[in-house]
Amino acid sequence: MTRLRVLLYRLTGLVRRGSLERDLDEELAHHLQLETAENVRRGMTPAAARTAALRRFGGVAQVKETYRETHGLPAIQSLWQDVRFGFRMMRRSPGLSLLVILCLTLGIGANSAVFSWIEGILLRPFPLVVHQERMMAMAGTNRSVAGRTDVSWPDFVDLRKNCTLFDAFIADKIMGVTLAIGERAHRTVGSIVSANYFKALGVHPMLGRGFEPDEDFGRNAHPVTVISYRMWQERFRGDPGIIGKQQMLNGMPHTIVGVAPEGFYGTFVGWAMQFWVPASMQERFEPPAYKLEDRGARWIEGFVMLKPGVTPAQAQAEISAVAKRLEADYPATNRGCGIKLYPLWKTPFNNAGTLFPTLGIALAVVVFVLLIACANVGNLLLVRAFGRRHEMTVRLAVGAGRGRLLKQLLTEGTILSILSAGGGLVVAHWCRNLLALLLPARGGVTMTLPGELDWRVLAVSAGVCLVSTLLFGLAPAIQASKIDLVSSLKADSAGVVGGRRRATVRSSLVVVQVALSFVLLVGAVLLLQSLWEMQNTSPGFSTRGVLTTGIDLRSAGYDAQRIKTFQDELIDRLQGLGGVQSAAFARNTPFSYGSYSSAEIAVDGYETAPDQQLTVDYNEVGPGYLATMGIPVVSGSEFTRADNESAPLVAVVNEAMAAQYWRGQDPVGGRLQVKGRWMQVVGVAKMSKYRSLRETPMPFFYVPMRQSAMGLGLEVRTPLGPETMAKVLAREIHKLDANVAPSEVITMQEQVDRTTAFQRVAVTMLGVFGGLALLLAAIGLYGVMSYTVSQSARELGLRMALGAGAAHLLRGVMSQGMVLTAGGLALGAVGALALTRLIAGMLYKVSPRDPLAFGVAFVVMTMAAGVACFLPAWRATRTDPVRALRD
Amino acid sequence: MPKEKTDILHGSLAFMVLRTLDTLGPQHGWGIARRIEQISGDALELNQGTLYPALLRLQQMGWITSEWGASENHRRARFYSITRAGKKQLAAEAKNWQRISGILARFARQTGASS
Repeated sequence: MTRLRVLLYRLTGLVRRGSLERDLDEELAHHLQLETAENVRRGMTPAAARTAALRRFGGVAQVKETYRETHGLPAIQSLWQDVRFGFRMMRRSPGLSLLVILCLTLGIGANSAVFSWIEGILLRPFPLVVHQERMMAMAGTNRSVAGRTDVSWPDFVDLRKNCTLFDAFIADKIMGVTLAIGERAHRTVGSIVSANYFKALGVHPMLGRGFEPDEDFGRNAHPVTVISYRMWQERFRGDPGIIGKQQMLNGMPHTIVGVAPEGFYGTFVGWAMQFWVPASMQERFEPPAYKLEDRGARWIEGFVMLKPGVTPAQAQAEISAVAKRLEADYPATNRGCGIKLYPLWKTPFNNAGTLFPTLGIALAVVVFVLLIACANVGNLLLVRAFGRRHEMTVRLAVGAGRGRLLKQLLTEGTILSILSAGGGLVVAHWCRNLLALLLPARGGVTMTLPGELDWRVLAVSAGVCLVSTLLFGLAPAIQASKIDLVSSLKADSAGVVGGRRRATVRSSLVVVQVALSFVLLVGAVLLLQSLWEMQNTSPGFSTRGVLTTGIDLRSAGYDAQRIKTFQDELIDRLQGLGGVQSAAFARNTPFSYGSYSSAEIAVDGYETAPDQQLTVDYNEVGPGYLATMGIPVVSGSEFTRADNESAPLVAVVNEAMAAQYWRGQDPVGGRLQVKGRWMQVVGVAKMSKYRSLRETPMPFFYVPMRQSAMGLGLEVRTPLGPETMAKVLAREIHKLDANVAPSEVITMQEQVDRTTAFQRVAVTMLGVFGGLALLLAAIGLYGVMSYTVSQSARELGLRMALGAGAAHLLRGVMSQGMVLTAGGLALGAVGALALTRLIAGMLYKVSPRDPLAFGVAFVVMTMAAGVACFLPAWRATRTDPVRALRD
Repeated sequence: MPKEKTDILHGSLAFMVLRTLDTLGPQHGWGIARRIEQISGDALELNQGTLYPALLRLQQMGWITSEWGASENHRRARFYSITRAGKKQLAAEAKNWQRISGILARFARQTGASS
């Protein structure tokens, strides 16, 4: 209590220092006056009386100083002194200070930027959504399929009904739609969601309402939509009377019932949704079939909200138990199927899952860069500390405590790092949309991958700032606390090249820098190699001379029959053009975001294990698709126009499927059952990749579009460029129907490149930062060697005077620098061997211990070190022995 | 030369200030200093200046308060007065100092006897 009062008193003393000083002055003056008057009364002369009063009083200045000390908080006041002194020191060596701040700004800024990405993309990816910490992603699993599957609507409803640990189950299926029909076809993305979507997310539409519970049910019964703020602004110019108006979506008028609040982009990391429709509209937007009553049709990507206090493990246990019951109750559709929950940052069906490893690497890289920057700054400050050795020694000699010196050095470090952290946050702010820029845009999709600079990121950045201050401030502080008064006050003793003791701290900092840079270099080379391998991997189809696009006829209100007629006519027209070799439609284009159909199959003569469900992906393709894509047919033939609705059902399988189910025999002529319908195998297609270059070969088959679902993807084999083709295509389509336009036309190469974008980002990041780290390490090495040379000028001069040749001196200095480098390389190699395993998941056909990568990194690092050491060594040979000995 | 004036004993100044304010009522700094000197019969080596930091400390402890008023020579002066907490502290310290002086007195006698 008393302590608190004293503290308060002192704090007010701190604030009101000026007025308190004045009060004290007045009080003391008054005292002296009274004492003088008293002395005069006793008979002294006024002058003698005043002198006596002063003598009696003691030292006025001392009294004031004691008074001040009692009054304020000496700790804070001395801190203030240190801060002012620190700024003075900075101004005295502006170049060095600037360099230090630059290094640190880079280090801290890179960290803040990556933290803000992790926060905004992985941890709290959905702006405006409440309780994201309790939100998890949900996907299906299938024992016979690697990776994840989707969830069927009946399963979704049963999970919702039977699970007790969840506040909400949310269905969310992203889909593309053509909005405007005509010359300016505008592709955009929206979601099919369960009716509880907005309520469960805690997002209140700014106009109108969210969906009502009954809008989940009834086949295409509720053509209503909630549109995004952006769509409201851009397409409807913020019309306040928008609610109740109609918008054509996929050929059907939808009533706009709500407008989502500004800043809400839906729940698909990376893409901004433009509208939402309730689950009952599934058939319109996720053709070909009505799936709300089909337990075998898995199409939902979902989220769950855990009840407060429920752990992910408990939630998973309950949901698995319910899935197990469903498996027992519906063996025909659910055999081998389960449900898996994922933390949001591992969401398998949006960009979070794909960005997770990239951001992980980014985090590791920026931490490395920060460490290297700290080491460099530590080195720079050491240089200054040596320059200030005399100041420090004098201060120690006149009685300053070592603790006080230490505090001052750390204060100076803190000033530097706080300035840099400020700069770093600015850098992070600039970089917040960098990821969206690095990643390629897709036609019509607004990418949002914003960094989030919220209080958590600020707190972490502050922590980083603090830690780095300790890291780089420590070296000079240790040095200062080791100052030996006697030897330091004596004239500067000259160093010798071999005398390593004095530069131990600096040398070890350099070794650490070299080691860290080496690790980054190895990582960069590994990723580059991996990217190279990927570029050189054939996807199994032609990437050159094939263009891909889509023509969304459903949005134009076409029914299945009109689609068929239109597509046939368009193919005929295109193939009649001089520049087009062939063209074909398909439901899904390889490497696109769209998903393939998948079905349980049976094969004549292939025994299925009792608990095994054979699920294989397939694509519905038009006549000539394989030829257009450049996928060779190794046996039999591909579909023709004759394979239509009235012809017998046929299929083309790929080599992996033939090998697995026909055990190497030619399947042509054999039978395949798909969803209960038997079809004849008419051909075998060569292996190709379907979703990404990194996938392993898997069974896959094709069925004719006419006999299954109509698709809207168009592949064209032509030497024309995409821009030219887009014009030609628009013209030809226009002749058939003026209200239809193609979507974005791109090459297949572009299509493939978009799937390696994340690797590219990772390579870019590691490349840039690896280069930077190399530069910093080289500067550090250069600094240490230059300093050593300048300190041992006398010794060098002496050796020259005694007849040492320039080559000899050069070798001496160089070898010392290379010893440091070698130490760093050895340490780095150990580190790299341990750490590159972490990026193994991102590597394609490259071992994380690839000797080439280590070799390249070794050579690059050694060369950089050689250059960094050569300059000081060369300067050593230019030492003028006469001058060096005389000085 | 034998020292005629006694150094002020550590911590005793506060006690003297409290006692003075308790006996005389509100006083300014010079008044307190004069009073202490008078009571001690001018036998104390008191640097009058040291009084002021002590007064500040006592205020911080909450034992005395101060306010500005007019002094006998019609100048603005700071008058100190004892608080209730201060009186309690005074009682405690009085007891303490009595005990200490008793102990010291016994030591003084003993030293005299042995030499």
